[in-house]
Amino acid sequence: MTSTVAERPGRAARERRPAPAAPGRRRRTPNGPYRLTAASGLGLGVSLLWFSALALIPLVAVLVETSAGGWPAFVAAVTQPQTAAALTLTVTQALAVTAVNVVMGTVIAWVLVRDRFPGKRLVEVLIDIPFALPTIVAGLVLLALYGPSGPLGVDVANTRTAVFLAFLFVTLPFVVRSVQPVLAELDRDVEEAAASLGASRFTTFRRVVLPALAPAITAGAALSFARAISEYGALVLLSGNLPMRTEVGSVRILSYLENGQPAQAAAVASVLLLVSLLVIATIQLVQRRVARRG
Amino acid sequence: MADTSTVARTADGSRGVRYGLRALVVVYLVLLVGWPVSLVVRGAFADGLETLRTALSDPSVVFALQLTASVAVQVVVLNTLFGVGISLLLVRYDFPGKSLLNALLDLPLSVSPIVVGLSLVLVYGKDGWFGGTLESAGMQVIFAPPGIVLATAFVCLPLVIREVVPVLTEIGTDEELAATSLGATWFQTFRRITLPAIRWAVVYGVVLTLARALGEFGAVKVVSGNFEGRTQTSTLLVEQRYQDFEQGTAFAVAFLLASVSVACIVAVTFLRSDSPSSPKATS
Repeated sequence: MTSTVAERPGRAARERRPAPAAPGRRRRTPNGPYRLTAASGLGLGVSLLWFSALALIPLVAVLVETSAGGWPAFVAAVTQPQTAAALTLTVTQALAVTAVNVVMGTVIAWVLVRDRFPGKRLVEVLIDIPFALPTIVAGLVLLALYGPSGPLGVDVANTRTAVFLAFLFVTLPFVVRSVQPVLAELDRDVEEAAASLGASRFTTFRRVVLPALAPAITAGAALSFARAISEYGALVLLSGNLPMRTEVGSVRILSYLENGQPAQAAAVASVLLLVSLLVIATIQLVQRRVARRG
Repeated sequence: MADTSTVARTADGSRGVRYGLRALVVVYLVLLVGWPVSLVVRGAFADGLETLRTALSDPSVVFALQLTASVAVQVVVLNTLFGVGISLLLVRYDFPGKSLLNALLDLPLSVSPIVVGLSLVLVYGKDGWFGGTLESAGMQVIFAPPGIVLATAFVCLPLVIREVVPVLTEIGTDEELAATSLGATWFQTFRRITLPAIRWAVVYGVVLTLARALGEFGAVKVVSGNFEGRTQTSTLLVEQRYQDFEQGTAFAVAFLLASVSVACIVAVTFLRSDSPSSPKATS
């Protein structure tokens, strides 16, 4: 058991990957780490300088800009009716999409690991496409199928369903890729034992498999929620950005900025940023708990 | 864990459930991804090659494609150097604040592209923290190509690191120590021992960064100003042409972007299962 747990993170992360499955990073090497030497210290300095200039200082600037007006200004900005409507829509649709992803992502991972059929590799590629496809292209093609002139006769353009659909497309890979490696490494003896003791397939899944997958599902769900609330490109053509109806948080930030109201833009951005930080903290917590249990 | 034994053991389970789940997954993925994505091809080749030819004879389109390619190359170089360097530091060295840095490096993946753009404008814009100083030194960042590079590098930041760190962790330090003890310099050890071992991880990271860099939209939209022929990248052009009812051009450029990014993903998917450094667990 110890050896599987020790091996799993690294292998899982390398196997396929993306976002969720890199817990290997959190693990220390058994035969390192060294003290910093002069050369590596210099490298660290340069790296930190670049990272600060690129990401840290700008993100801090968002928080500073928000706090400049004080708490009342922040509250006023995020409770302004149009902004509040946008944030509510973003969060509710992101939650709905995450719920769908938890179920469908687990099912897809299950089929990919436990089933074998011709064209399975194609399915693997389909799942990765939302990661790589430019978001504006994703919006364009979703509009081509589910828009006014789509071949299915379904038109969701400029509705809240469009927001849901765009979120669903871009968040597809997260739960799948987080659950898949864990499921592949799962010890099947326990399932067989449960089955031989008379448990039905459903009971075995619920009592044996699901608890083992729960941390991976949680991590995937958190990432998919974070991605959904921050999405912009995939829905900009699809949702029509109608104020009070289909406008989401990121669109609101952009229109504040374009109207020369950077403080309000920063306030909404801080809300989104806070949620991102919360999500990262959740994932770290889940991983730490899993590591401790192992 | 091998596939064969898994399938053999599943075979005695209920076939109905297995086929049902398989069908559900295939239908779901076709409706959500496969069918929509295939429509970009239909849109781009509605009039045969004519649409593509018209689009490529438009100087603004050519400029946008060149700008996108040049930004992507710069971002790949920057992020590969930074990514490999910081991965080595994170895995091989100990320093205060390491776990905080480790967590922060993931941030760009879950921050909204619009927030990324906004944050860069607040610092490097005309009225930003450093923007004024840089501008008086003759360097415009926001509404200029450097801003586009910064925004794209920001959103792609963790991609190389995520690939390289697990491999570095797994290979350990035995061979590096052996090389050093035999008198190899730091650089020789890196070039002869470490680099060959992480080669494939770097390749995956580069390919994923390339795909993401070509397609960045939100962050670039905020920082570039979207000036046609000056700072308009390909993705921005797709949006603008679509809204100007030039659907042919929009689809032609979208097709070019989509084919590169899908090719990147297919390459990584297949390399991962064939390359020597891929795990044995799946074979």
